[in-house]
Amino acid sequence: MKKIFSHPVSLRKTSTHYCPGCGHGLCHRLVAEIIDELGIREKTIAIAPVGCAVLAYDYWDFDCTEAAHGRALAVATAIKRVRPENIVFTYQGDGDLAAIGTNETIHTANRGENLTVIFINNAVYGMTGGQMAPTTLLGQKTTTTPLGRQANLQGFPLKVSELLSQLPAVKYIERVSLHSPQEVIKAKKAIKQAFQNQLDNQGFSLVEVLSACPTYWGMPAHKAMSWIKEVMIKEFPLGRIK
Amino acid sequence: MKANKILMSGNEAFGEGAIQAGCQFYAGYPITPQNELIAYMARHMPERNKVFIQAESELAAINMVFGASAAGMRAMTSSSSPGISLKQEGISYMAGSQLPGVIVNVMRGGPGLGNISPSQSDYFQATRGGGHGDYHSIVIAPASVQEAYDFMGLAFDLADKYRNTVIVLGDGILGQMMEPLRLSAANQTPQTEYQKPWALTGCKGRKPNIIRSLYLGDGVLEALNVSLQKKYQLIQQEEARYEGLFLDDAEIILVAYGTMSRISKVVVNNLRDKGKKIGMIRPITLWPFPKKAFSGLPAMCSKLLVVEMSCGQMVEDVRLSVNGKYPVEFLGRAGGGVPAEEEIIEKIESIL
Amino acid sequence: MAKITIDSEKCKGCLLCITFCPKGLIKVSGKFNKRGADFVEFKDSGECLGCVQCAIMCPDCCIEVYK
Repeated sequence: MKKIFSHPVSLRKTSTHYCPGCGHGLCHRLVAEIIDELGIREKTIAIAPVGCAVLAYDYWDFDCTEAAHGRALAVATAIKRVRPENIVFTYQGDGDLAAIGTNETIHTANRGENLTVIFINNAVYGMTGGQMAPTTLLGQKTTTTPLGRQANLQGFPLKVSELLSQLPAVKYIERVSLHSPQEVIKAKKAIKQAFQNQLDNQGFSLVEVLSACPTYWGMPAHKAMSWIKEVMIKEFPLGRIK
Repeated sequence: MKANKILMSGNEAFGEGAIQAGCQFYAGYPITPQNELIAYMARHMPERNKVFIQAESELAAINMVFGASAAGMRAMTSSSSPGISLKQEGISYMAGSQLPGVIVNVMRGGPGLGNISPSQSDYFQATRGGGHGDYHSIVIAPASVQEAYDFMGLAFDLADKYRNTVIVLGDGILGQMMEPLRLSAANQTPQTEYQKPWALTGCKGRKPNIIRSLYLGDGVLEALNVSLQKKYQLIQQEEARYEGLFLDDAEIILVAYGTMSRISKVVVNNLRDKGKKIGMIRPITLWPFPKKAFSGLPAMCSKLLVVEMSCGQMVEDVRLSVNGKYPVEFLGRAGGGVPAEEEIIEKIESIL
Repeated sequence: MAKITIDSEKCKGCLLCITFCPKGLIKVSGKFNKRGADFVEFKDSGECLGCVQCAIMCPDCCIEVYK
């Protein structure tokens, strides 16, 4: 028998700190697989966010830096400008990219920086214990929306991908999900495209990944998959946005 | 052959000095009174195949400097007081990650939006760290357009030597005024090539490099802090700089830095002409503060007078340095006020 | 003919592999690993298709597949 599914080289064999069923581990693996397949491990530089994925550098086996909360794309902009031969990507959650870092996100996209952005949308702040994220759904209960998010008080879930798609310098935006094997395969294809675009000097590419947070959604992992499929996708429709 | 002299503003001299020092990356955001610097970099960095970015905010600018520095480049930003407040986040992260970088602060009046007049009221912010955590930036205070130019090379060298942030602290007068400047090649090129094996370049042929300031493990962050403090001690031993004037027989010693040291120097020379025994200490590095300058003061010295464009900030370091051995008087104006020669003389006469 | 291996020390017991195995060949072990998780086990009945769905969904990269 031949091994047909194995551990990617770009992912260390260490155990992660993520909760059971968390989408981060899965998405880390997809990124590592893609970097292996494109043969770019030795020239990749990753920027980890502040949030659950801050320790991503403990799991990926290539050069990596932290950035202050929300500033990943400012850091990435500079690295790519001074080292255009390297492959530079950010991996950011909804709080990092769509709340505290909205300014950096919009302006980096608007400059059309030749970067790859992996945007993990799990509709909640995980690292700090389950507070409202900019992408929290209406009615969704969090520690800071104990009665559920209300539009008149907390506004609506922020659709960053749709917002960014209006900018002329943006090359590619797709929203994908990790709730089933079929969707994971599509997600991998989209993320690979976002890296390929950078290799081809095509400019700003972002993949928004709907990802489970069973802990702060208060449900077992398999129910979290159903929640993405039946509830979250209605607010955040999948597919190519630009 | 005549020396190569040109007329330049302080702000432009900061820019040209940085370029001559091998600055490879500049990011900034407009703010008065340092706009000539960002404009200078916008024109001259791309001409020399260096990267210039007008950032969307001060936060973005300092974090771009973080990125370029993490990638191993000589990187800088500049701003004026309110913008420097915004940059404190990034400076703290650079301190935690031990990334070199140069930050020029052309100080203006505060607090808040303040005004656009010259000021020295960011001394505490610059010398005490400024952001969160136990750290220091090296702080250098030029007092002329020539020094604005020359000190940029020193700033980049110290930044690389110690993997530390360096703040070049000027003010609105220094930024705006024009003086003849000697572009002396010997001074400009960094004398040492600093190796940066920690930089992010892609992990070809080596283990991956990680730039971080988060340390959750038991005792790990404390160990980092201990090693940072060792570094700061070394910097204090090695890098304190000052200029002394008539310190052999001075009865009253003026202490001033930057623009105020120029005005004070005029006072000293004029009073000397009148036979008064006045001396001066001008700290060139504000952190590390040149404490040694205050340890061997002449026996006849009776008082020190600190003159600042602030309500009294450096005066605290002077008091710490003389440690109660001499009375330390203070003259300061803030919010755009600049102590004039006559005011200083009047103050000296009142304390004689 | 196919089979999977599971790194029982890395398994956190999220059970997504069980949810997505079309043949129901993965079970809760009823035992605990060092991290305190009730890890899963592969019950090889010769029916494994090598469809890799379990491995694709595993958030902790615990599963390798042979065919």
